[in-house]
Amino acid sequence: MSVYTGAVQDLIDELGRLPGVGPKSAQRIAFHLLKIPTVDAVRLARAITEAKERVTFCERCFNLAEGTLCGICSDDRREPHVLCVVEESRDIVAVERTREYRGRYHVLQGAISPIEGIGPDQLKVKELLARIDPEGVTEVILCTNPNIEGEATAMYLGRLLSPLGLTVTRIASGLPVGGDLEYADELTLGRALEGRRSFDS
Amino acid sequence: MRSKGALYRDHGVVLRTYKLGEADRIIVIATEHNGKVRAVAKGVRKTRSKFGSRLEPMSHVALQLYQGRELDIVTQAETVDHFRAIREDLDRYGHAASMLEAVDQMAMEREDNPRLYRMLLGALRSLAADDSPLVVAGFYWKLLAQEGFRPELDVCVGCGEDADLVAFDLHEGGTLCRVCRSGFPLSAGALDLLRRILGGQLAGALAEPRSAATHEVDQLATRAMEHHIERRLKSVGMLDRG
Repeated sequence: MSVYTGAVQDLIDELGRLPGVGPKSAQRIAFHLLKIPTVDAVRLARAITEAKERVTFCERCFNLAEGTLCGICSDDRREPHVLCVVEESRDIVAVERTREYRGRYHVLQGAISPIEGIGPDQLKVKELLARIDPEGVTEVILCTNPNIEGEATAMYLGRLLSPLGLTVTRIASGLPVGGDLEYADELTLGRALEGRRSFDS
Repeated sequence: MRSKGALYRDHGVVLRTYKLGEADRIIVIATEHNGKVRAVAKGVRKTRSKFGSRLEPMSHVALQLYQGRELDIVTQAETVDHFRAIREDLDRYGHAASMLEAVDQMAMEREDNPRLYRMLLGALRSLAADDSPLVVAGFYWKLLAQEGFRPELDVCVGCGEDADLVAFDLHEGGTLCRVCRSGFPLSAGALDLLRRILGGQLAGALAEPRSAATHEVDQLATRAMEHHIERRLKSVGMLDRG
């Protein structure tokens, strides 16, 4: 049942397609947009069009990029022989925030999930393998999520990469800083114990 | 039926999860007393979630849930078993995923089915102990038998002949002799394995080493399961090597 005139209803319908936006929120946003000055609304429209036009995936690592290579791949100061494999571009932002990593990335654009029918072929795995030799990669860090899909992906890649004679590492699992031990789940605490370090090292 | 707003407790195995919103997940659980339950686990995707790894697929958990109208809400979760041996082995994980997918397809929401729950647990335990080539097939055949699809394996379903059974037809529901044959060809070794799986000697069949016959039984089990649920199983064979 549409009670609004064509253009308003179209706007509500389009907004309603966005993740996390229901019909009621869509209505609220639509009315907000109609109320604000035209310049503000046009600026939003232009930001969307420009982002869609300019942003593509980096040819090398499949991160978001403006142009053929992303900011990290085109930065000469980055260590070229270490690759950090992540599931999504968002994960790069998370790793970058640590300021602990100076190498390059590879975005798989997903994780292996048999139940959803996502296998290695749907991910950027072939592209990862094709980078190893030409770029002289000596270490691959498997930085997928520590959940069942991410673990399966890491195991799959580990099995594929280890025979190539390079260092393959998996990020550690453990307790979040600032948390309480008593709330830790068994698997995490178990792995934290397993991966404990000698105190004087 | 319990009214909305009540808290209840149950044991269950997490079958699969869907992302919901920013940091939540919908968890699908095969429970002991409430059938298949879909529940929201709030904030599980945050690193500091109180649930941590407990609500990952395949986890056997003791839960406290809040009954909602469509989706329940997980209020507490305790691990009973997280099947680490399966989780940390890609082949076993692939097999476990095939079992979870089949149970997800077969289980009815909020329909009490403790046998299904116990069979799944048993299968996961045996998979954790040993990755037998027949673990998925054994589970599928047992599950189908329990749901009422128990194939005829002793005589030909066409003419009643009890010798020279060389084929298996899913539409006919069992084995066929050389004269009546239709469906898939069936070797003597595979027929023997099928009889053992459905005749109470599952443990013995699971101990069999990988062979052409185990492969045949495995393929047939997948086809029978797909025939029964009337759709393809996405996870079967996806992580198999080769």
